[in-house]
Amino acid sequence: MTVPIECRQDETFVLNLGPQHPATHGVLRVKLTLDGEYIVEAEPVLGYIHRMHEKMAEDRNFAQFMPNTARMDYLHALAFNHGYCLVVERAAGIEVPERAEYIRVITVELNRLISHILWWAAFLLDLGGFTPLLYAFDDREQVLDLLERVTGSRLTYCYFRFGGVYNDIDDEFITGTYAFIKRLRSRMPTQYHALVTGNIILQKRLKGIGIITEEQSRRYGCTGPVARGSGINYDIRKNEPYSVYPEFDFDVPVYHECDSMARYMVRMDEMEQSMRIIEQALDKLPDGPVKAKVPKILKPAEGDYWASVETARGNLGHRLVCDGKKNPYKLKLRSPTFCNLSCFAEVSEGMLLADALAFMGSLDLVIPEIDR
Amino acid sequence: MSEYWNDVIGGSKSLLIGLSITAREFFKPVVTEQYPWVVPEMTERFRGHIELIKDEKTGKPKCIVCGMCMRGCPSGCISLAGKKPEGEKKKALTKYHLDFTTCSLCGTCIESCNFGAIQFSKDYNLASTRKEDYIFDLLKRLEEQG
Amino acid sequence: MDTSIWRPILYLIGFMAFAGLNAAYLGWCERKGAGRIQRRTGPMEVGFQGLLQPLADGLKLMSKQLLVPTGVDGILFRVAPILAMIPALTSFAVIPFAGNIQARSVELSVLLLFALASIAMMAILLGGWASGNKYAVISAARSVSQNLAYEIPMLVTVITVVMITGSMNLQDIAVHQQGGFWHWNIFALNKSILMPISFIIFFICSIAETNRAPFDMAEAESELVAGFMTEYGSMGFGLFMMGEYLNMVVGACLVTILFLGGWDCPFGLFPGVWWFLLKIYILLFTVIWVRWTFPRTQIYKLLNLSWKILIPFSLVNLLVTAAFIKIF
Repeated sequence: MTVPIECRQDETFVLNLGPQHPATHGVLRVKLTLDGEYIVEAEPVLGYIHRMHEKMAEDRNFAQFMPNTARMDYLHALAFNHGYCLVVERAAGIEVPERAEYIRVITVELNRLISHILWWAAFLLDLGGFTPLLYAFDDREQVLDLLERVTGSRLTYCYFRFGGVYNDIDDEFITGTYAFIKRLRSRMPTQYHALVTGNIILQKRLKGIGIITEEQSRRYGCTGPVARGSGINYDIRKNEPYSVYPEFDFDVPVYHECDSMARYMVRMDEMEQSMRIIEQALDKLPDGPVKAKVPKILKPAEGDYWASVETARGNLGHRLVCDGKKNPYKLKLRSPTFCNLSCFAEVSEGMLLADALAFMGSLDLVIPEIDR
Repeated sequence: MSEYWNDVIGGSKSLLIGLSITAREFFKPVVTEQYPWVVPEMTERFRGHIELIKDEKTGKPKCIVCGMCMRGCPSGCISLAGKKPEGEKKKALTKYHLDFTTCSLCGTCIESCNFGAIQFSKDYNLASTRKEDYIFDLLKRLEEQG
Repeated sequence: MDTSIWRPILYLIGFMAFAGLNAAYLGWCERKGAGRIQRRTGPMEVGFQGLLQPLADGLKLMSKQLLVPTGVDGILFRVAPILAMIPALTSFAVIPFAGNIQARSVELSVLLLFALASIAMMAILLGGWASGNKYAVISAARSVSQNLAYEIPMLVTVITVVMITGSMNLQDIAVHQQGGFWHWNIFALNKSILMPISFIIFFICSIAETNRAPFDMAEAESELVAGFMTEYGSMGFGLFMMGEYLNMVVGACLVTILFLGGWDCPFGLFPGVWWFLLKIYILLFTVIWVRWTFPRTQIYKLLNLSWKILIPFSLVNLLVTAAFIKIF
């Protein structure tokens, strides 16, 4: 629902949404100019959690930057691990053993699954539904326990290493993962879809709200579920395959409605696809080493390297410029939510405050990843 | 008009379905852990702060003071020192401080140690109001562990 | 006993105690209920099963300073929380808990309750306005439009009940429904075929009137932080919370008397105050259950629900009831 934008200057007021606000999930500040409850102008203000990760990369050696990657997108930390490993491996010409690739895919997809689960929980919280949050955390906790068994940590993983992973997965992890997938499949239709997706209140709040057209989506460089909710079939795992993704059979859910409901449905469907990938990977898991022999101090040849991976939020690109020394000359990240957020200002014009917040939730923002 | 009736009837039905799901959950057992009363056991690979490992034969730390962990640490939170005691070939550890305020538990130090002298501890009950409490003297900790 | 002086005093003490206990322990019930629905335990630490939690919360709120920020309207800011509490307390004076437990039997008690309910809305408006906070002002504006929209279907459904019973006295309405559940207004299909629907409309409206989720537009913590309560701390906040719970109790009492036969037993056995209490607590639990199940609606969707669905339905209901009374 939109209103005519013409309104008198003296009838508007400015509302600072954030940096501390329950709906901004962190320290995003949005400067809203409101006419009543309608948004005349919205301006996201960034920089409240800028930690200079890109600069930090320049004065450390390659391996020492590894823990930083997990601190950017703390919800899909393993994908950031993966992206960074991928670009350094390309630069240094490291071959990764097949078993390690499979373990990477399994853990990244598990992480994607819980990233989507957490998004779902937080999104419902934005919409005022509390109970789904706890159901989602019940499921998320199971995965965190599984990942803790393997990686040793629960949130900011530092599990991948150049040429493999830190340590091998065990049988208990494999059986636990199968059991979890079975459990989530049984809970999906009730706790997730019947309680929330089919709910009339939720449908009324999401359908037709926050329409990002395909053109807008392309113009702002939106990727991930935001782009796929706008009818763009673009997934790095399919379009620029990396790791062992081509070996798995999975679909890329695409919805053409362009509204918040479409983005919601894309993520819900992606959870199912992630489960399919994990199952296939576990079935086909080969034997072998999990880490290639890699020198402790890497000195990749001079050059300019690029690698992109699909995180839960979209296309994450790492650009690495090396000058033959033991630390990067420059590491530039192209993070997905920065682009996804940039369309907020244009799309939210004329929206109601409540709708704008629902729309913001549907973009799945992780603020530390925007600011880095 | 049919959309209107769909909304009214279908909508009411979806609300009733939602209520029936939460009602079923109401009678199911609690899934949360009562933390201070029930203490969780940490998994084998849990990453607490690092600790030194004792050499079972000599009763001294396995560490040979090569300083690889100190150099490998991304945040520079390890500081150690060693001295060669009279009449012995190897250096002995005299100080091993971990500044836990900057540690990110990445495990680079453990990987860079070629002698298996450090490991992750299982400590997670770490709370204090003073920053100084997080500068751990790991040598002293090893002695206290006996 | 000389009834002239002791009666009001006894009733005053009784209702104050009833109101205070309800305001405190409904909060506990809500937290426990939410906990069970979400498969948590809820408060556990203070007393057995956290039973002393309301006391601890009350002590904490009372020991805090009542902070009046600069730039607020001092008088209105202080008056608003009291105004949230008083009408709800006053309402108990006319509610018949049982045939002989009623402080004052007023001829137009239904009307009085609705008048008092409107004052509770004023409290939110004044509190939000006096705070001088943008979130609070938005919340105040929302709450007014919401209450206006929901009072119409509520009153229209009440008219159907009044038409059936021919009285605006709560005591008379309750007495009229005595003698088993088939006499209750909700099941009085011989008087009007649409009575169950008017019960549902009235119940939805009473949830909306008391600003409970999923209609808690005025609080909407993910949008408006805490709405009209943003600037309140200590007992100012406490009074608003107590007022909210008391309004819920009054709403439940009203639904019980108008539709569920008041203190009447469903099978005609031992009518008395315990049946009344059982009914209102079932209703209150339903309200809590609804809150912890659904996401919040959006202000315009909420108004649409009222103007496009509830009001037409209640008007049709009114016409059907009138026709039934005329024909039979």
